[in-house]
Amino acid sequence: MPQLTYREAIRVGLEEALAANPETVIMGEDVGAYGGSYAVTKGFLEQYGEERIIDTPISESGFVGAGIGAAIAGMRPIVEIMTINFSLLAMDQIVNLAAKARYMSGGQMTVPLVIRTVSGGGNMLAATHSQSLEAWYARVPGIKVVTPSNPADALGLFRSAMADPNPVMYVEHSLLYGSRAEVPDEPYTVPIGSASVARPGTDVSIIAYLRMTPVALSAADILEAEGISAEVIDLRSLLPLDSGTIIDSVNRTNRAVVVEETWEFGGFAGEVIAQINERAFDSLDAPVLRVAGVNVPTPYSRPLELLTIPTAEAVADKVRSLFQA
Amino acid sequence: MSTQTDLTIPRAELLTLLRSMKLIRRFEERSAEHYARGNIGGFLHLYIGEEAVAVGVISLLREDDRIVTHYRDHGHALARGLDTAACMAELFGKATGVSGGKGGSMHFFDVSRGFMGGHAIVGGQMPLAVGLAFANRYRGQDSLVVCFLGDGAVNEGEFHESMNLASLWQLPVLFLLENNGFGMGTRVERASAQPVIHRLADRHNIRSRRVDNGQDVFDVREATQTAIDYIREGNGPYFLEIMTYRFRGHSMADPLEYRQQHEVEPWLDLDPIRLLTARLHESGLATPDEIDTIDADVEDEVNAAIRFALESPFPSPDELYTDVYA
Repeated sequence: MPQLTYREAIRVGLEEALAANPETVIMGEDVGAYGGSYAVTKGFLEQYGEERIIDTPISESGFVGAGIGAAIAGMRPIVEIMTINFSLLAMDQIVNLAAKARYMSGGQMTVPLVIRTVSGGGNMLAATHSQSLEAWYARVPGIKVVTPSNPADALGLFRSAMADPNPVMYVEHSLLYGSRAEVPDEPYTVPIGSASVARPGTDVSIIAYLRMTPVALSAADILEAEGISAEVIDLRSLLPLDSGTIIDSVNRTNRAVVVEETWEFGGFAGEVIAQINERAFDSLDAPVLRVAGVNVPTPYSRPLELLTIPTAEAVADKVRSLFQA
Repeated sequence: MSTQTDLTIPRAELLTLLRSMKLIRRFEERSAEHYARGNIGGFLHLYIGEEAVAVGVISLLREDDRIVTHYRDHGHALARGLDTAACMAELFGKATGVSGGKGGSMHFFDVSRGFMGGHAIVGGQMPLAVGLAFANRYRGQDSLVVCFLGDGAVNEGEFHESMNLASLWQLPVLFLLENNGFGMGTRVERASAQPVIHRLADRHNIRSRRVDNGQDVFDVREATQTAIDYIREGNGPYFLEIMTYRFRGHSMADPLEYRQQHEVEPWLDLDPIRLLTARLHESGLATPDEIDTIDADVEDEVNAAIRFALESPFPSPDELYTDVYA
């Protein structure tokens, strides 16, 4: 199996998509001549030409809507929103059009569109450029939201997103692009709506997604040294959510901590905890807890910024608290 | 202000134009009645007074052209030939409606006729039109997209983003502005620093024109044909501003306190249906009997539509969960 970075895995997926369908185009800000803000589409313009690798003006609502229209017309476009912060300018098109076109037309329209975007903080970019907003979109029926945490899932989920007839928000994390891991050689996909057991364990379930999955895995390492066997569940998709895998895990471990990067208040962890309470309450030996981002606009200054994002130590601490008598 | 009847249009087609306008008028008068009876809920935005625009523009389109419009969409739908009964059933929230009862008045769809929706977020339909036109250009097709919008849409960011993209990419879109003088209850002059709206197209290097009398179906058609020819020749988008007037309120809930009757009345004299009927009489192209026959025929069609809507079933509860995803 080859070792690929997260960035390379996404590139493989994009190149497969461009090869598979002549009506697949990539459009977004600086995806062409610049090579992509995170260099994911570097070299594509030279290889595929400006008909298919389309630099757009800075008009998020305009070009996301154009992608939706092209998809409704039957093309298979990929739209890149440079970061999820800028998706707010396209939220009307995503929420009011992409998510509703099929339902509101009584099934006459489909929107086979993949929207790639980048989430997360940790780059000293301050409050407007450090948000994790994917959970907002995960509340909207009619779209799907996937959040790969490693190269293999990145490629497998990208393939599924391209094969899906619905609008899919494919959310990447800026701090994961350089992470490297084995990616299977043979054709495979990761189905949308399937969580994974990223690390098996017996004493507690740590449920995470996107960059919090590696954080949770580090916490599990710390805890193992202390004799606590933590199972790490990587959600991989937020919508649809694979609650079955969560519930199965909690039924075995009887304890759970949910980790996410975004603000704790009203976050996605709250939804996961509600589902555990509804479906696995009798299995619980302790309340389900969460570790999430601090409820403040992200500050620029490094020492302050670091306080806002969950760390492995903070996750380990929260897990330890479940075992104190 | 009035032009001559366009004698290049075959007589049968002139009668079709008249019939189409009358159908829209009666469809809406009767839907207002059923709104008052409680058979129709939500918002009901009537197009009454503006019929010459939808009929004039849409009568010149090809089958493979597409239409994207706003929430005041009944006129465009009927002009495009959507099934009258299915449109009425949609207003009644029935399973047999054009959108299966899930869209309602503001969200008519019939993809088989290239009718890509009534869209109810002001300006939100414009990027969709750009995307559909992008696909046309990408595929080398010479079909075009007509994007209807109201004067209220022109101060939205999506208006300018879409105009710029369509021009930058030279897309086959006809932006068709129906300027009825008001965005809900706010006059154009109170909302737009540039009230001669078509001039905004200059900013995006889009050719534009204003039709001063959008109540005259021949004026509408003449300008639209020019725009269509320009677009089909591969020159990119075109922006047509058509001056018209909505005879009724913004929606059925509108108390109409923002405009005076004395300013409405001159417009009522420019009733597009009356204008066309008079022209047909004057030029001897239709006898009173023929007009009566059209009226009776339209009445029958609308009555049948109401009957169909009343008798149709509501969507079954399991329809709640269908078509959320493909």
